[in-house]
Amino acid sequence: MADKHNAETIITETQKRISSAFEVFDHESNKTVDVREIGTIIRSLGCFPSEADLHDIIAELEEEEPTGFVRYEKFLPTMTKILLERKFRPITEDLLLQAFEVLDQQKKGHLEPEELTRYLTQEGEPFTQEEMDEMLSAAVDPDKNVILYKDFVSMMTFDDTR
Amino acid sequence: MGCGVTKNSEFNRKFDKDGNAIPAAITMKAAVLIQRWYRQYAARMEMRRRYTWNIFQSMEYADLQDQIKLYNFLGYLMDNFTPSSSERNLISHIFRDNEVCRDAEWERYFNYTNIDVPEIYSGPRLTFPLDMDQAADLVEAFKNKQQLHSRYVLQLLLETWKLLRVLPNINRVSTCHSKEITICGDLHGQLEDLLLIFYKNGMPSLEKPYVFNGDYVDRGKDSIEILLILFAFLLVFPGDVYLNRGNHEDHIINLRYGFTKEVLNKYKLHGKRILKLLQKIFSWLPLVTVIDQRVLIVHGGISDTTDLALIARIDRHRYVSALRPPKRKTPSRTNVYADSERYDEMIICKNRRGSLTFPKPFGARESFQRRSLQDFSSTVARTLEEEFEVRRRQAEFSMSRFSKSHRSLSSTLSSDSEPESSELIDTGNDEWKQILDLLWSDPMPQDGCIPNEVRGGGCYWGPDVTEDFLNRHNLQLIIRSHECKQDGYEFCHNRKVLTLFSASNYYEVGSNRGAFVRLGPDLVPYFFPYQATSMTRGLSFPQNVKRTEHTALKVLREQLFVHKSDLLRAFQEIDKENTGLICLNDWASAIERVLHLDLPWRVLHPQLVSSTTEGKLDYQGWFRDLALKKPSSEHIEQTMLETLYRHRSTLETIFRIVDTDNSGLITFEDFRQTLKLLSAYLKKEISDEVINELVISTDTNNDGSIDIDEFMEAFRLVDKSRLKRGKSLLKLMQDNESLPQVTETPQIVYSTAPQTSHCPASQPADPPASNTTDSACLQTANTPASQTADSPGSLTEGCPASQMEDLCHITVVVVPPQ
Repeated sequence: MADKHNAETIITETQKRISSAFEVFDHESNKTVDVREIGTIIRSLGCFPSEADLHDIIAELEEEEPTGFVRYEKFLPTMTKILLERKFRPITEDLLLQAFEVLDQQKKGHLEPEELTRYLTQEGEPFTQEEMDEMLSAAVDPDKNVILYKDFVSMMTFDDTR
Repeated sequence: MGCGVTKNSEFNRKFDKDGNAIPAAITMKAAVLIQRWYRQYAARMEMRRRYTWNIFQSMEYADLQDQIKLYNFLGYLMDNFTPSSSERNLISHIFRDNEVCRDAEWERYFNYTNIDVPEIYSGPRLTFPLDMDQAADLVEAFKNKQQLHSRYVLQLLLETWKLLRVLPNINRVSTCHSKEITICGDLHGQLEDLLLIFYKNGMPSLEKPYVFNGDYVDRGKDSIEILLILFAFLLVFPGDVYLNRGNHEDHIINLRYGFTKEVLNKYKLHGKRILKLLQKIFSWLPLVTVIDQRVLIVHGGISDTTDLALIARIDRHRYVSALRPPKRKTPSRTNVYADSERYDEMIICKNRRGSLTFPKPFGARESFQRRSLQDFSSTVARTLEEEFEVRRRQAEFSMSRFSKSHRSLSSTLSSDSEPESSELIDTGNDEWKQILDLLWSDPMPQDGCIPNEVRGGGCYWGPDVTEDFLNRHNLQLIIRSHECKQDGYEFCHNRKVLTLFSASNYYEVGSNRGAFVRLGPDLVPYFFPYQATSMTRGLSFPQNVKRTEHTALKVLREQLFVHKSDLLRAFQEIDKENTGLICLNDWASAIERVLHLDLPWRVLHPQLVSSTTEGKLDYQGWFRDLALKKPSSEHIEQTMLETLYRHRSTLETIFRIVDTDNSGLITFEDFRQTLKLLSAYLKKEISDEVINELVISTDTNNDGSIDIDEFMEAFRLVDKSRLKRGKSLLKLMQDNESLPQVTETPQIVYSTAPQTSHCPASQPADPPASNTTDSACLQTANTPASQTADSPGSLTEGCPASQMEDLCHITVVVVPPQ
């Protein structure tokens, strides 16, 4: 019985979290958000979906005739399921580091901005120029003009734990 | 749908020990991983940025509401005290009419010719009529932190006043001769931004007309300098510089938001006269500018009753403060204030008799009854309480701006009070409402037009109202300001309304950009966003967010701390078994009830609460963690201190009102009276003992007077929590380069570290006179004497290599000396 109670509590807590996050982007206070903000909301709740994942989710959430908005009634059950099933789990620091190391083919211990830019704007799910610029502004060491990815990763993940 | 976690082994397997090229599939996987991770990080930053913004805005609006409330309260007192009562005398002067004397008499009062300018004065010495060089010199002088001598200030203001008096309410501008017109929004005393605009765009001239859309003063520290510059250019190029009035061009507002204080501090001898002259000037500022009969530029906005023909006919200078309708010359009405503030009427739906502007139950206006403040407290308190309750509910609803409850409440209001309020509206009131709407309104996404209770004046107007208005007047675009926007500008209402805001870093360094707009004969707006920064290093986006968030949270923690008693009571009501613990939900709802700030508390809670046990919070411990050092005076009871601190803005405003000679000092007796006024306003008793204690605790000059600034200083709270966090603080510092200097209120942060030279690293010479290509990027050299230990890297906020003209960013380093 305690389990059932716990399960209920967890669900309620989860739904409250979802509702709060949704609220932040509900500018007109009418229980809808712009579909373009869905990704931000989902990610801010701790999930790490890829763009492709998001695409699928949004397809589920949109109306028959897409209005450009997503309603809370649809969002809540979908998001609850995502959180309870722990989909799109976080990327660990180790894994992230390894990913950078893979890109650092010459094993220099750092990456040139142009290198990283090339990879991230041409491969995988490419960054927009704006995204790339933003990341570079945080990642590039201004003295040496390179990305010391080990430091970068540990700095960013420290941030995560705050 | 996979869960997206890539197995470690996949990477390991592909590492080639000879360092050979790794197959493309793996680099792709790595790229995807990094992208996925970074997007998540960016989303969290965005969330933080968003709620930080909410925090600042709701606090800003809460403060504004306070101001309106206070003003109404004082107005009410005015109506209900005998003319000879001491309390009334304290405040009556702000309601006194200006039109009693003729202009010629006023010119005598503002006479500057007997003010001598000492030899050693090294600032600009103006000769009239002004010319372009003098205006440019003035800009240069202010850039170098010089101050214009009061003689020249008065002279300049007098000339400005003469000019403004012949200008119409509606400026009409044309873009003939292929002139491009530059439009700027709120500047709020931020000289850096004006200088930046001039640098980027050139100074006003025959070829370079400008429209400035109000709110030149308050909040920032160089309001008077901005005014002097704008007026100088107005005098030199009267056909090419257009100034609109903003809601802050209003002496009542200035009392609270810093302009009055700034002038009095900078001009100790003649400040009062300068302020008086400015009062007149503000009232003579035109209300609206129209370009090519197609584009309307106004500070706030419109309402469903805005009528340009009517506006053209108004005697605008009768409205010295937009908060108060002018006294009617005909004594026909028993109470002039009864027909004011339609909004007040609408708000007091429950008990109209108790309205602040409708004092019927307390006797008709002609027969004042002698009352002391004490007598009044009880009767006033009753109605005040109701009024505040309604307003508080309004505030609650308004904060979650367009919530359903808000709309239903306002419809309740209109149905309740419509029949009654309509009979009180007459043409005088109409005119006044027109001005209020122009200066105070905000757009909203929904159709319709409702009173703007958040600000306390003007309306919220919808896209249908815009459509109707534009059609009626044959216009195509409304450009307005009044609201801070992340990127300095924002469209709404199907791109028919443009909000333009020119004060960058308004809430905090890095909080937002400012922007100006250029319109050519095609009337297509071109945007130029910018951001002035006093850091020697450009902050990355995450750093900006973190820094701004840090300030917002600090302010929020302060709010929580000063509501401690109320919060504790609320918590204890919930925690009936006295466990000392409270769950998150209850924590959030209690805070919302007490603070009346509609913020996403659950989203914020990780930032405000350091730890929970099993999802429950130890609230006593939490208060200890907030750990702010109270203002000293152990003898004064905690709740009283909290009350005073919470209302310190109001208290300071009342002080400044009471300080009739604007000396910055008030007598003990006046001080006492002030606190009694506050006590009546808050409906909270402030005993004589407390007052005495306060008087003693302020280190006065021992001459029977209290220095207002010194007294308010005693109310600073010190954030001790920073000291506690030790190691993580160090890390935070590394992230943020340096913590923001102590600011107690969400105002503009100016680094207070002493600098010996003011170095506008942007340029050594005058700004370019010609129109440089807009895609040019400006790199700035770094400044000497950098106060951080950082490497002297060059300051860059590179222009994104885009072809879009409106994305040219420049960052100018301006290091303010102390």
